[in-house]
Amino acid sequence: MTGSRERILGRVRAALADVPRDERPDDVAVPRDYASAHTGDPIPTLVDRLEDYKAIVHRVATGELAEAIAETARRRSLARIVVPPDLPTEWTAATSASVVRDDGLAVDQLDAMDGVVTGCAVAVAETGTIVLDTGAAQGRRAISLIPDVHLCVVRADQVVNGVPEAVAQLDPHQPLTWISGPSATSDIELDRVEGVHGPRILEVLLTGE
Amino acid sequence: MRIALFVTCVNDTVFPDTGRAVVRLLERLGHEVVFPEAQTCCGQMHYNTGYRREAQRLAVSFVKTFSDADAVLVPSGSCAAMIRDNYPRLGETGSPLDREVAELAPRVYDLAELLVDALGVVDVGAYFPHTVTYHPTCHGLRVLGLGERPYTLLRAVRGLELRELDGATECCGFGGTFAMKNAEVSSAMGWDKARSVATTGAEVLCAVDNSCLMHIGGVLNRQRSGVRVMHLAEILASTEEEPARI
Amino acid sequence: MSRTFVGMPDFPTAAAEATRDPQLRHNLREATHTIRDKRDSAVGELDDWAQLRAAGKAIKDRTLRHLDVYLEQLESAITAAGGTVHWAADADEANDIVTRLVRDTGEREVVKVKSMATQEIELNNALERAGINAYETDLAELIVQLGDDLPSHILVPAIHRNRAEIREIFLRTMAEWGVPAPENLSDHPEALAEAARVHLRRRFLDTKVAISGANFAVADTGTLVVLESEGNGRMCLTLPETLISVVGIEKIVPSWSDLDVFLQLLPRSSTGERMNPYTSTWTGPAEGDGPRNFHVVLLDNGRTDTLADEVGRQALRCIRCSACLNICPVYERTGGHAYGSVYPGPIGAILNPQLHGTSGPVDASLPYASSLCGACYEVCPVAIDIPEVLVHLREQVVSGSGHAMEKATMGAAGWLLNDGRRLGLAQRALGAARSMIPRRAPGPAAAWTDTRDLPEIPERSFRRWWRDRANGGEGGQP
Ligand code: SF4
Repeated sequence: MTGSRERILGRVRAALADVPRDERPDDVAVPRDYASAHTGDPIPTLVDRLEDYKAIVHRVATGELAEAIAETARRRSLARIVVPPDLPTEWTAATSASVVRDDGLAVDQLDAMDGVVTGCAVAVAETGTIVLDTGAAQGRRAISLIPDVHLCVVRADQVVNGVPEAVAQLDPHQPLTWISGPSATSDIELDRVEGVHGPRILEVLLTGE
Repeated sequence: MRIALFVTCVNDTVFPDTGRAVVRLLERLGHEVVFPEAQTCCGQMHYNTGYRREAQRLAVSFVKTFSDADAVLVPSGSCAAMIRDNYPRLGETGSPLDREVAELAPRVYDLAELLVDALGVVDVGAYFPHTVTYHPTCHGLRVLGLGERPYTLLRAVRGLELRELDGATECCGFGGTFAMKNAEVSSAMGWDKARSVATTGAEVLCAVDNSCLMHIGGVLNRQRSGVRVMHLAEILASTEEEPARI
Repeated sequence: MSRTFVGMPDFPTAAAEATRDPQLRHNLREATHTIRDKRDSAVGELDDWAQLRAAGKAIKDRTLRHLDVYLEQLESAITAAGGTVHWAADADEANDIVTRLVRDTGEREVVKVKSMATQEIELNNALERAGINAYETDLAELIVQLGDDLPSHILVPAIHRNRAEIREIFLRTMAEWGVPAPENLSDHPEALAEAARVHLRRRFLDTKVAISGANFAVADTGTLVVLESEGNGRMCLTLPETLISVVGIEKIVPSWSDLDVFLQLLPRSSTGERMNPYTSTWTGPAEGDGPRNFHVVLLDNGRTDTLADEVGRQALRCIRCSACLNICPVYERTGGHAYGSVYPGPIGAILNPQLHGTSGPVDASLPYASSLCGACYEVCPVAIDIPEVLVHLREQVVSGSGHAMEKATMGAAGWLLNDGRRLGLAQRALGAARSMIPRRAPGPAAAWTDTRDLPEIPERSFRRWWRDRANGGEGGQP
């Protein structure tokens, strides 16, 4: 396909005949005077925005995380919970559900799980977004996708105000999943309905305030 | 102030009352109005239909006719927008037309701008004891950015009751040749607009553009709604001594 | 074979028909007004929207003016990350590449994430000809595919369907395609979404090949970005072994950090949310996580022709948010099918004639499918001056052959209007003949008078009144 590569690049260059030869990309000025954030009060904003898009938020004191996870699992009747291999064992110490560490489970095994517990990389307050980067306590992408209930632990020090701060902190070489509430669709009469293919329930455990 | 009136070809031919109202209003406010008789048309229809060269010729003629004026009043939102927003696209960068347009355009005003910005009046001493609703028109709203000006002027008119128009920012569907080339869609838009107007219960629909008013008024007439359409100038020209007929 | 837009009538004809369909008018009005309000409040939350919009525009302009540099940069970054880049000059080539890549896997089924580029090249039909079944997984795309329908909106391709119609389609067709809809299916959106979940679940878990588009391709890192809501995107991007992404060459942004602008502009303009439920980004295949084989097909298909037009080029800034469709009073009344393409609405009116040229009847009529009200420009998050491009394209249309009558009229009007004296004389003639002008006109003017009255022509023009007054003539009072 080299032929088409050269042909397309040739067409692009011909199309840009009006651009001065010595102009470099950076010569096209980009005004960057937009705000880096629109809130200065990240934790309450995050809670508000998560709830607005139908996530359930629990503010949990440090030291009470295991009990909170156990309680949520009980309330949701989660019998089997998958967790990433490096999830701190204390987190699931109190639950009576059977906890399965992901060691490369097949999709059908994942599909048999009722819920998943993960941490996160960053949370964006003003959009109510939690970002997973497959790093510490998050595991691979499939485990937070297939089970229907996602319990996500967010530490207060992981919360940033706005999108620009999050983009700056994240490493694009990791696969990233930005999650804002449970899965949803507006495809029927633009009426928003929560719960389609991705987890239908997102419960956020906010710790370390 | 000495104000040169560019009445526009449509007002000149079909809506002379608007031009007369402008003259009456400005003279009443103590200003001198001149009407350069060489004027014709801003070229909007040509430009919008794709006839750039014809539009260019008309732009050249406009600039020649009005280059000496201190202020040019254009009592038609879309024509004022044509001059200010599109004339700069007609001349090659650095061409005489380009330079002359850049020099003249800041002195070209729509009626609401002339009154509020250039002449600094809001209360023009008008009297109009009727219920009125105002349609902002696309060019007035989005290109000229008239904002609150027309409303402020109308609110200062004695006897006038202003009614809010639902869906005011939505286009009436005129769009020049659009009204002919896509007549069904255009009139569907016009009928929806007329419905919103009728819902206000106002006696008069006001705007700063007679083309839109011709379109909406044509529908209102066909619907036998009894709502009358009037250019802003005609309402502002109305006084107790010489009230506008509705 | 699914339906295509080939052989559609020109815009005025299709639009007139659509405008007369009360069900369609109702569905569109409800839907567009809902989404407009949502967008307004999401955008209204950000006091720096104007700055974000200016930045978005400038980033895209930078990209387009140096597209060759960024394309090469993107290619090497993707390659370095372990992906394979293919170049497709047109739709046929792109379809051939994708078909070959799927065949190489030995699979005969693929799942698809909603993608405008693959709609544009009619990939599903090409795959079908090669004996490969492509399953759409976005709910609205699914509705269109099951209903053997055509998309009518960029974001919500089934916007022209209401819940009752969707229920009927699901009941009638799901069984043919796989898991049937439950017999007692109601028309509640929750129930319809659940039916789609059940219908597609196994498909997601079993299918080995996925095809996606991308909202953005980041040149400096080789990262692809997909924004979605339902999780069907995550399923397709995560579970299969092979992922093929078809990406228009204009989807590039120069650098990772530029996403801070677009991840704010796009969701708020598009679904009217602060953020869409899911955004996935990936840079090549990841060890032990997601597809092992990753291909990107870079698609030209008319984009370089668009790029060559200095005025029309700005259409390539488009991030396909569909805000211009939702605000457009013409689209609201005609729906998307009248535009004869997968790109409807204001962006379609400027993009299609540029991608295909203006020689066909539909494409030649699209630049006129607008009252030039400017609402699209106002909401466009990358400030595409759609009215400017429409007028520019009208120039191209009239400079071609045809339009003899209109050219003659414009010429005559130009002649008349070039001289104040000539205009004055014509006005006198018109004033004298005014009683002969009928209220309902025949011929082309009937387009006006069928639904609207004409104003009365006054006896005396303004010009004549002014002259009379200067001469102290009768009735000279203003
Ligand atoms: S033209 Fe602008 S408003 Fe329309 S879809 Fe593209 S980006 Fe969105």
